[in-house]
Amino acid sequence: MDFPTINPKAQQFDAEVLSNKRVGSYNHMVFSVNEIASYARPGNFVAISVGGPGTSMVLRRAFAIYRATVKPDGQGLLELVIAPFGNGSTWLSNRQVGDLVNMVAPLGTAFGIPTEPVRALLVGGGYGSAPLFALAEVLKSRGCRVDMVLGASTAAKIYAPLEGKRSVSSLTITTDDGSAGTHGRVSDVIPGIIASSNIEIIYSCGPMAMLAAITNISKERGIMHQCSVEESMACGIGVCMTCVLPVEGEDGVVRMTRTCIDGPVMDGSKVTWTKSREVPDGVWGK
Amino acid sequence: MTFDFSTAMSGARFSNPILTASGCAGSGKELSQFFPLSELGAIVTKSIMVKPRSGRATPRMAETPSGMLNSIGLQGPGIDQFLENDIPWLKEQGVKIVISIAGETVEDYAVLARKVRGVPGITALEVNISCPNVENRGQVFACNPDTARDAISAVRRNIGGEVPIIAKLTPDVTDITEIAREVVDAGADGLALINTLLGMVIDTNTMFPKLSQKTGGLSGPAIRPVAVRAIYQVHAALPETPILGMGGVVSGRDAFELVLAGASAVSVGTATFGNPTAAMVIKQELEEICIQRGFQNFRDAIGFAHRAEGDHAE
Repeated sequence: MDFPTINPKAQQFDAEVLSNKRVGSYNHMVFSVNEIASYARPGNFVAISVGGPGTSMVLRRAFAIYRATVKPDGQGLLELVIAPFGNGSTWLSNRQVGDLVNMVAPLGTAFGIPTEPVRALLVGGGYGSAPLFALAEVLKSRGCRVDMVLGASTAAKIYAPLEGKRSVSSLTITTDDGSAGTHGRVSDVIPGIIASSNIEIIYSCGPMAMLAAITNISKERGIMHQCSVEESMACGIGVCMTCVLPVEGEDGVVRMTRTCIDGPVMDGSKVTWTKSREVPDGVWGK
Repeated sequence: MTFDFSTAMSGARFSNPILTASGCAGSGKELSQFFPLSELGAIVTKSIMVKPRSGRATPRMAETPSGMLNSIGLQGPGIDQFLENDIPWLKEQGVKIVISIAGETVEDYAVLARKVRGVPGITALEVNISCPNVENRGQVFACNPDTARDAISAVRRNIGGEVPIIAKLTPDVTDITEIAREVVDAGADGLALINTLLGMVIDTNTMFPKLSQKTGGLSGPAIRPVAVRAIYQVHAALPETPILGMGGVVSGRDAFELVLAGASAVSVGTATFGNPTAAMVIKQELEEICIQRGFQNFRDAIGFAHRAEGDHAE
């Protein structure tokens, strides 16, 4: 039996910090990496060891890859957007140029790219916008029209770099406090954009509640929805079993499924979105 | 003179003393991308139950100072699918296999032992008795001498003579040597020390316990002194009973500490979450330390901290 395992391209390696810049509430960091940069696809993530020798932080931190590129001279570049709010991400955001960090990458599934040009809507919540700009570039290069919605609690938490915006036909901003763009949530503006742009597929990345809301909207309209989920992980490589979600498999059975292996990118319509702290009824083995 | 790194536990022989810890190596396939599993002394599988288990709801995990709390709930496919899918693949890797089993009733342990008995090529059976006993108000088997004995007796009667039984004990008891004596009397060939300690984290923002199940098992370097203490006490009480030591080992130095306390082999668990190649790093470092300390044979280091003052490695 061929049971699911980690991204076959994943490697463990030390990566050197090439640059580290503060952008709004976030840090944009560039790392020098090996050939894995050519294997990384939009949606893949990286698991990073934090804290340095003797640290009390024993678990890896997972970050969506913002962009992975290979320079003409063959050097691989891996870019991340870090939101420094915990001890681990704060440690990482304090690394200086020339420092080394230990990574395992690329991990997880990638956003599926349609074979035909389609009209796509990309929705990011907070730093969940990180993997969407590379995705937008790929979609645009395939002849797709790309609209984008970015939402956050406040203006400083919108991550929308200038170079990223080049690949999108329209960008709509929402903030919970009204400090930028539309006062409200991404789910308030999505139905209008779906209608005006004849959207055929939604790609999303952000908090679970946002992904659940988008799933409802897309299901009602029969639109495909690929979402990148954020469930906390201890390892990123499929061995700790902490990052699970109830997800329907190809056989129609709902299982507690590892989001580091079968995700982070998943078909939103297959996920049982639940706020309760119980395993939903009908899950295999409950 | 070459250093002999091999070890043994009641007839189970290992080329080196570094094993995985149950529930910390997935199906094995995940880690095989980082090193050949055959480099391990053995792989200890996740604790498998009679039937498929969904495990708990999330959040299942909270990081703690030098450790983590987990409440996975023994998610797994059940013994039949496990023996059909996971074991054949592991055998192809040329790695020795220790199957870990867990039950909710004494009869579960008997059923699991009979299933494993029919499988050739299993090096040892770890019996995880740190599980709630549904027939005894959910009290953990390993917290009570009688239920610990019942579970191990059930396995002993059903496993046959060839596969050594290793009973995995919880440190959450008043006197771990009392439980150790009971399970050895009941037929355990070796002991796995220690399982996680029960703990809780409360999220001070939501002001609720962080894990969906409220409590979880604490692992990682934070519990290493508890492991060293438990291994030392049990080795002193039962010097002839081999111990598979575990609890917060992240370096060769840590593994050596457990060996000095009395462990014949060492399992690596939480360290693998932080570093997929942790077991290989620990193995190399442990070998170097043993040689530096003057040991020519790994087995001479087992329980060395129990020697009389003035004794030396030579």
